[in-house]
Amino acid sequence: MRSIDELSPPPAFPLWAKSHSTAALDEADRVATICNSCRYCEGLCAVFPAMETRTIFAAGDLNYLANLCHGCGACYDDCQFSPPHEFAVNVPKTFETLRAESYQAYAWPRAFAPAFERNGLVISLVAAASVAVFVLGFVGLGDPAVLFTTQTGAGAFYRLMPHEAMVALFGAAFLYAIIAIAMGLRSFWRDSGGSGVDIAASLKALRDAGTLRYLDGGGAGCDISGKATPDRRRLYHHFTSYGFLLCLASTSVATLYHYLLGREAPYPWYDLPVLLGTAGGVGLIIGPVGLLVAKWDRNPALRDAKRLGMDVAFLVMLLLTSLTGLLLLGLRATPAMGILLALHLGVVFSLFVTMPYGKFVHGLYRFAALLRFAGESRTRGS
Amino acid sequence: MVDLAKRYDVLVIGGGNAVLCAAITARRRGCSVLVLEAAPKFYRGGNTRHTRNIRVAHDGPSGLMTGAYPEEEFWADLQRVTGGETDEHLARRMIRLSKELQSWLGAQGVHFQAPLQGSIGLDRTNAFFLGGGRAMLNALYRTALGLGVEALYDAEVVNLVVDGNRFVSAIVETATGRFAVEATSLVAAAGGFEANLEWLKQYWGDKADNFIIRGTPYNRGRVLRILLDNGIEPVGDPTQCHAVALDVRAPRFDGGIITRLDSIVYGIVVNRDSQRFYDEDEDMWPKRYAIWGRLIAAEPGQIAFSIHDARMEGRFIPPPFPAIKADTIPELAVKLGLDGAALAATVAAFNEAVRPGTFDTTKLDDCRTEGLELPKTHWATPLDRPPFSAYPLRPGITFTYLGTRVDDRGRILMAGGAPSANMFAAGEIMAGNILGKGYLAGIGMTIGGVSGRVAGEGAAAHAFN
Ligand SMILES: Cc1cc2nc3c(=O)[nH]c(=O)nc-3n(C[C@H](O)[C@H](O)[C@H](O)COP(=O)(O)OP(=O)(O)OC[C@H]3O[C@@H](n4cnc5c(N)ncnc54)[C@H](O)[C@@H]3O)c2cc1C
Ligand code: SF4
Ligand code: SF4
Repeated sequence: MRSIDELSPPPAFPLWAKSHSTAALDEADRVATICNSCRYCEGLCAVFPAMETRTIFAAGDLNYLANLCHGCGACYDDCQFSPPHEFAVNVPKTFETLRAESYQAYAWPRAFAPAFERNGLVISLVAAASVAVFVLGFVGLGDPAVLFTTQTGAGAFYRLMPHEAMVALFGAAFLYAIIAIAMGLRSFWRDSGGSGVDIAASLKALRDAGTLRYLDGGGAGCDISGKATPDRRRLYHHFTSYGFLLCLASTSVATLYHYLLGREAPYPWYDLPVLLGTAGGVGLIIGPVGLLVAKWDRNPALRDAKRLGMDVAFLVMLLLTSLTGLLLLGLRATPAMGILLALHLGVVFSLFVTMPYGKFVHGLYRFAALLRFAGESRTRGS
Repeated sequence: MVDLAKRYDVLVIGGGNAVLCAAITARRRGCSVLVLEAAPKFYRGGNTRHTRNIRVAHDGPSGLMTGAYPEEEFWADLQRVTGGETDEHLARRMIRLSKELQSWLGAQGVHFQAPLQGSIGLDRTNAFFLGGGRAMLNALYRTALGLGVEALYDAEVVNLVVDGNRFVSAIVETATGRFAVEATSLVAAAGGFEANLEWLKQYWGDKADNFIIRGTPYNRGRVLRILLDNGIEPVGDPTQCHAVALDVRAPRFDGGIITRLDSIVYGIVVNRDSQRFYDEDEDMWPKRYAIWGRLIAAEPGQIAFSIHDARMEGRFIPPPFPAIKADTIPELAVKLGLDGAALAATVAAFNEAVRPGTFDTTKLDDCRTEGLELPKTHWATPLDRPPFSAYPLRPGITFTYLGTRVDDRGRILMAGGAPSANMFAAGEIMAGNILGKGYLAGIGMTIGGVSGRVAGEGAAAHAFN
């Protein structure tokens, strides 16, 4: 039988256009173009309806779509064209790769963008260095008699590190993280063609983000084929993100206590900062552990192995934050407190400074994408 | 592990919608059920993998469907598209049973969604699978296997041992060898023969070399051939197939839905000699959609080119492959491998003949040509705004009509009309009983679902007798 290429007339028509600056963008363009002419996955999540309003995909559009994708995996199992089909459509993996590339592309300042290349290694090094500096600082600058003995009562922590120093250091780190992330978000928002948003769109985006609405395969469940255990990533993600927010709330309340009420840490176990911190810390153990296990359990076809380091590094950092925090809480009335405090502060400090250069940013880009989508759907009237 | 030495109550051949509906039904009646699917696991489920919706009758708003689609209307639609080539008794029964099909599928784990964008007009008659046909299949497989249905992939049935009107055993080829599998009842649901180019050539000659097969390469009609050779009563015109216009760049098999082109009405279509050959706008979608495959099959080289200008850009569902573009018609002709002067002459004559009107694709508008031997009756606008775009087209075969005749219990009829003792058929392999010609969007899955359930009941009842 003659193959179709030998038939007349023979001009070789181009198959897929390649017009972008990176291979990840070209592949995302190819996949989005295929999906756009198929549309079978329209009901699964926000990504496909967003694709369908476009016929040409600029880099900013593709970065927007990639960040809108929650990586649930449903469209991979549902796709008649996923590998080994020759169209090799793999939306979750394609977008996972592009998402990571977009974090790098929008990183601020540009000089730090390469931190995304070998993110696992970078984060580990920063964390190790930060912990080392805190421990050495406590040992070198502090009074050894205080460091290795039991310290209790209000202001116990500040006998190890002056409160002003703590506030200055962590305030600066936090402020830096906020500015760097905001700069990245700004570039992303502009690039994706985002314009003004109204209250209704913001509320919708908050709801969609807060409930992880699109992490469920349109109601039929996520990546479920061929797995014995159901996909519970949505639950574990809630533990993680709400755990994180509770910890943040704990710190904020403590700061207010300190400056408004003049009450100094550590606080008794029943006081708000401790209750919030403990609940958050527990969430930040259950959540990251669950997510790490889910990562292992995930269909390898959906995973971009190169990005695993970034994901794992972030989860491990969260886990270390909560572990050291809870240990500190449990052992604060023992001589171990000093070293544990150094450990905890070292971990938290590195968490803050690496925030703009790690997986943490996914939450904000995701939210921005959802906001964009909410605005778009409103103008489309659907 | 599947035990091929065991005798099953019901053997089901195939792997798509019809097979799963039959297997689940028989299993729920308590039968031991074995599914033999020729395709590897990823490609399981034949053309069902490529579907997106199912047509069902309903008396009021139902699920995500709007309005009502009464049985009588469904029947009228079917009569219209088939031109009466349908078995009224079987068709009416199928339509009646279609009413409970969606909720039955839902109970087997299939999820539905609101109609897709760009499928206007089907929201009343068709239910759309959430995530499409492969999602639907995955759900049915999960349910079937969970119930204890056994399934073997990469297992092609290469022969049947039939004694008179009674099925005895099936010969199956697997990676580990050839086995004879015995069962009390047989359900044949192995699709049509659209992927069998040799068979298509019997009717189409060498033209079939230029056909693209839209669906699975595994529907080679082997089971149908064996049944025909064993004296069953055929139904449906063997020479006919459902064919649409596809992009030349579509893969030879299994390119599915995305390679079809909706650009035809937005410009003109010429053949290899740069000549128009049919009124591009004789009728609205979906009828228009279904005639172009056969029209192109009749042209030299079985190739054609849909050409439009910049004004029509972005008006139709964008195809996956890029348009071939040029700033002038002769340049475009070169890129397409056509004669520049000839194409320029065709376009000039067309442009000359276009009469002014109000362009409106939501109805048969008044933009038409005047004075051409071959008019374009609607949506005619001059091709004069560069850049010009073209898509090369070939016929793409969806399915064939030839099948086995059945009775209303799904039993295969032997030549002369007497029912087989224990052989049942479902899906594409018997669709010709109901759809003798033409097509109604979503009816393939209706036929498969209903006939699968009917055959499953029949096979189970026989197994217990
Ligand atoms: C691109 C495309 C889109 C479509 N969209 C729709 C739609 O939206 N709605 C609709 O109603 N219809 C649609 N159809 C038609 C629809 O696909 C068929 O009507 C339907 O799938 C038939 O179901 P079936 O179970 O009979 O056959 P199939 O689903 O084709 O299954 C046949 C099975 O038999 C197996 N088989 C074949 N030979 C052997 C053998 N010798 N041994 C073992 N196994 C064998 C095959 O591997 C295959 O799995 C579409 C078709 C195509 C090509
Ligand atoms: S993922 Fe596959 S099935 Fe879903 S829209 Fe894209 S091409 Fe279609
Ligand atoms: S959110 Fe899920 S369904 Fe949507 S594109 Fe991402 S992986 Fe696919």
